[in-house]
Amino acid sequence: MDIYQLTAHEIRDMIKEKKISSKEATQSALARIHAVEDKVESYVTVLEEEALAQAEAIDANIASGEAGALAGVPMALKDNMCTKGILTTCSSKMLYNFKPPYNATVTEKLLEAGTVLLGKVNMDEFAMGSSTETSHFKKTKNPYDITKVPGGSSGGSAACVAADEAYFSLGSDTGGSIRQPASLCGCVGMKPTYGSVSRYGLIAFASSLDQIGPLAKDVTDCAMVLNQIAGHDPKDSTSVNIQHPDFEKALTGDIKGLKIGVPKEYFGAGISGDVSAAVHAALDNMKAEGAQYTDMSLPLNEYALPAYYMISSAEASSNLARFDGVKYGFRAEKFDDLIDLYCQTRSEGFGAEVKRRIMIGTYALSSGYYDAYYKKAQQVRTMIMNDFTKAFETYDVLVTPASPTTAFGIGEKTSDPLQMYMADICTVSVNIGGLPAIVIPCGYDASGLPIGIQIIGKPFDEATVLNAAFALEKTITKVKPNL
Amino acid sequence: MKYETVIGLEVHAELATKTKIFCGCKNEFGGEPNTRCCPVCTGMPGTLPVLNKAVVDYAIKAGLATNCTITKYGKQDRKNYFYPDLPKAYQISQFDLPLCQNGYVEIDVNGEKRRIGITRIHIEEDAGKLIHDDYGNESMADYNRCGVPLIEIVSEPDLRSPEEARIYLETLKSILEYTEVSDCKMQEGSLRCDVNLSIRPVGQEEFGTRCEMKNVNSFRAAVRAMEYEQKRQAEILDEGGVVEQETRRWDDVRGVSTPMRSKEDAQDYRYFPEPDLVPIVVSDEWVEEIRKTIPELPEERKARYVNEYSLPEYDAFILTSSKKMADFFDAAVKEGAKPKPVSNWLMGDISKILNDKELEPGDIPFTPAQLAKMIALIEKGTISNSAAKKVLDAMFAQPDDPEKLVEKLGLAQVSDEGAILEMVNGVLAQNPQSIADYKAGKDKALGFLVGQVMRISKGKANPQIINKLLKDALDKA
Repeated sequence: MDIYQLTAHEIRDMIKEKKISSKEATQSALARIHAVEDKVESYVTVLEEEALAQAEAIDANIASGEAGALAGVPMALKDNMCTKGILTTCSSKMLYNFKPPYNATVTEKLLEAGTVLLGKVNMDEFAMGSSTETSHFKKTKNPYDITKVPGGSSGGSAACVAADEAYFSLGSDTGGSIRQPASLCGCVGMKPTYGSVSRYGLIAFASSLDQIGPLAKDVTDCAMVLNQIAGHDPKDSTSVNIQHPDFEKALTGDIKGLKIGVPKEYFGAGISGDVSAAVHAALDNMKAEGAQYTDMSLPLNEYALPAYYMISSAEASSNLARFDGVKYGFRAEKFDDLIDLYCQTRSEGFGAEVKRRIMIGTYALSSGYYDAYYKKAQQVRTMIMNDFTKAFETYDVLVTPASPTTAFGIGEKTSDPLQMYMADICTVSVNIGGLPAIVIPCGYDASGLPIGIQIIGKPFDEATVLNAAFALEKTITKVKPNL
Repeated sequence: MKYETVIGLEVHAELATKTKIFCGCKNEFGGEPNTRCCPVCTGMPGTLPVLNKAVVDYAIKAGLATNCTITKYGKQDRKNYFYPDLPKAYQISQFDLPLCQNGYVEIDVNGEKRRIGITRIHIEEDAGKLIHDDYGNESMADYNRCGVPLIEIVSEPDLRSPEEARIYLETLKSILEYTEVSDCKMQEGSLRCDVNLSIRPVGQEEFGTRCEMKNVNSFRAAVRAMEYEQKRQAEILDEGGVVEQETRRWDDVRGVSTPMRSKEDAQDYRYFPEPDLVPIVVSDEWVEEIRKTIPELPEERKARYVNEYSLPEYDAFILTSSKKMADFFDAAVKEGAKPKPVSNWLMGDISKILNDKELEPGDIPFTPAQLAKMIALIEKGTISNSAAKKVLDAMFAQPDDPEKLVEKLGLAQVSDEGAILEMVNGVLAQNPQSIADYKAGKDKALGFLVGQVMRISKGKANPQIINKLLKDALDKA
C-alpha cells in the first residue's frame, strides 16, 4: 500500500512513532497529485516547494520534540480560506490574483498543529453551486467517474481527499457545500454547529449560514481535524465560547439506545430508489448495533430551500459588494467613470451564477420587497428551527439521505439553475437550523457511485453525531475509486 | 408672505475611544495615508468585525446626557452603497433599533429655555477619505479613518431659525465635550452635521417640503447654509413655485448650495441586520454604571456660576459652553481670584487671542494659577489694566510667573504718592491754560493732564492716584 492511501490519523500516528517522516508523507501526496491531477483537477494552486520545505521544517521540530497535534500531516484548503501571501481566489476571475495579507483562523490553527499545506483546492465560484462547475478556472471531476461532477461547492476538497491527493481538507458549507460533495465523492464531510468553528478569514458567501468543516477519509480523521479547528475565536463575534469535548475520544462506537428520527419528508419525490434503499439499509445496520429508529416528520422543512435561497442570496449581495475593482483583485481594463468601473469590473469579473445570486439578493433586500422576501424568509427560518428543536426533544439524531441522487453528469444541470438548486434539498435545512451534521458513505449504486447518509445532531452535540457515524462506518465496506 | 423656518439636524460626532469600532487599530487623527488601518477596518475579504465595548459605553453616555431612553436590545445593520472610500461597500450602522431614543436637549434662546427633541442616537463606523488633488487624473483613497467610531445624533424638527440651530449645535458640542464622548475638534472633522430645512407660512400646522444639505463642515457654514436655504425656499414660494424635495450640496466658498440628487434618485440602502455581529444587550446595571460617570453638565454648571458666583447669565453661558474654558475658570477661582475678573479676562482678551491664533480653550499655554496671580497684581495696584494686557501677551508667548514677567518687562506701577505728586506739580506748572480750562468747566482738560502725567511716568503711574492728586491740586489752585 502506498503512503498516500493512508488516512490522516494513520499518517499522524506513524509520524509520531517515527515510522515515516512528514517529508515522505508529503512527497507521496505530491506524487499522487502528479499522477492523477490531470484527470481529477481538484487543485487551483499546488504548493509543491513550499509544502516540502514546510515538511522538512516540521520533521526538524519533531526531532527536537516540539511538534503540534497533527505534526507533519499534509492537507489542502478550499480556496476561500485566507492564506497569507498565497493565492486565495474563491475560484473567481474577480480574485484571480488575490494574495491575502493575513491567515484565516483555521489556517492559523492547522499550521500551529503542524500540518503541511499542499495547496488550495477548487470550488464553485464564491461557493455558489452544487457541482464545482461554476469555477472560473477548471471543472473538477468525480474520482469515481470523471464524467461526473464531484458535487459542490467544496468539490475540490472532496475530490482531492477521495482521490488520495490530500490526507484531509477543509471545506465550507453554506447550504450543503461540504456534505453534498462528500456524498458524491464517497468521503466523510462534516458541517459543525454554526458558531463552533471561526469564520474569520473565510471569504464570506452568506455570513449567517457559512461554516467551515473537515472533509476526510474516515470518521476518526474528521473528529481529529475538528478537534483542531473548533473553539472560540475572539475575532469572530458569532463564534461561541464553549469548551468542546475531545471528539476523537468520543468515538466509542457504542450506540446502544441511540434514538434516531427518520423524517419522511426526505424520502419523497426526487429521491432516487438506490439512495433511499442504501440509507434504510444503513439504518438497519445501526439498529443492529443497538440504536432505535422511528419514522417522523419535519413538516416545515419543505420551505427550507426557498428560505435558504432568499437569505443566502441577500447576504451574498452585500458580502460580494466589496469586489468592485478599486482595492484588489480584478479590474476591468476599459471604463469611462467610477460607476462604469464598477459595472465593467463586476460584469466581467463575476460568473453567471454569482451574478444571478447577487441580483436575487439585491432584489430581496430592496425597499418595498424586503418584508415579502427577506423578512418572510427569516420568519420561515425561525419556524424551521422550532421544528428541529421540537424533534430533538424526542430524538438524539436525525438521519436522512445526503443528496437526492448519486453524482450527476458534468453539464447535466448547468442550464437549469432550479434543478441544480434541488441538489441541496437534503442539506439546506441543517444550515437554516444552524445544526451539526455529518455525511459518510453508506453504499454504492449500480454503477459504483457512492451514496451518502446524513446524520444531524443537536446544536453543539458533534460528539454524538460523530460517534453515531463511527458506529455506522464500521458496518460499511468502502470502495476506493479506480483512477 | 411671512414664513416660519423648521430645521432638524443630524450631527455626526467621532467618539474619543482609544481604538476603532471593529478592530484594534488606534483611533487617532491623521497619519500617513493607509498606515492607521488593518485587514479588518479596510474590509479585506474574510475579515469580521468585533464591536468595541467602549463605543457602546460612550454612546450610552451621550444618550444619558441628552435624556434618552437606552435601548435594551439593540442590533447593528448594514447600509449598502458603493463608494471608493467605503471598502466593504457597506457601512455598519444601526437602522431600526438605535442605541438611544427619545431624548432632548435644553437650549437657551435669549434667556428663554427651549426643549429640542432628540429622535435617536446610533453608533456607526466612519468611512475613509478620497484625495482628488495632486495626482493628475487619479483619485487616491486613504483608509486611515475607516472604522473610526461615530455616533449620529438626530434631532426632531424642533428648531425654528438658523440662530436656534447654532445654539443647539453649541449646546450639543459642549455636552459631548463635558462627557468626554468626543474631543469635538471641528478642524479635524470630529463633529459634522447634515441640515434638514423646510419653511411654512406662519400659522400653518403641517410642515413644508424639506431639503437636506450635505457637506456642511463647520457650525458657521451650517448657519450660512441654513440662512441661504430659508431664503431660497421663500423666494420659490413667493413666486408661486413649489419646493422640490432634494439633497443639496453646500459650497462654503461660493456661499451657495447646488442640487445633488432629487427624491427620485434617493438611494435605496437595502438595510438589513448585520449577520457578522451579535445583538447589543444592555442591562440596567450597565446603564447605571455609566450614569455614575457623567460629570456636571453645562446647564448645571451654568446655574452654579450664576448662583454661587453671581455671574451674569451671559458670562455663565459663554464660560460653560466650552468645558476646557469652564475648567480653567473654576481652577483660577480656586486659586483665590475673584470670579468676575477671571470671567472678564477669559471672555475678553484671552478669547480674542485664542481666536486670532485659531486656538481652542484647551490650548491656553499658561496655568489658571498664573492668571489668578496676574489678576491679584492688578488688584494690589502693582500693574495697571493696560500693563496687564502686555503681561497676558507675554504669558501666551512664553508662560511664566506674572510677577517675573512684570519685572522683566518693567511694567510695575508707581503707586508712591510723593513721586506722583512731583510729576503732577511739574505738569501743572507747564500747562496753565489747562488749569484755566478745567476751572471753566471743560472736563476734557483733566483727561489731558492725566495723560501728560502718564507720559512722564512712561505709563507706570497708578491712574487712580494720578486722578486723585490732580483733582486735589486743581481744586486748590
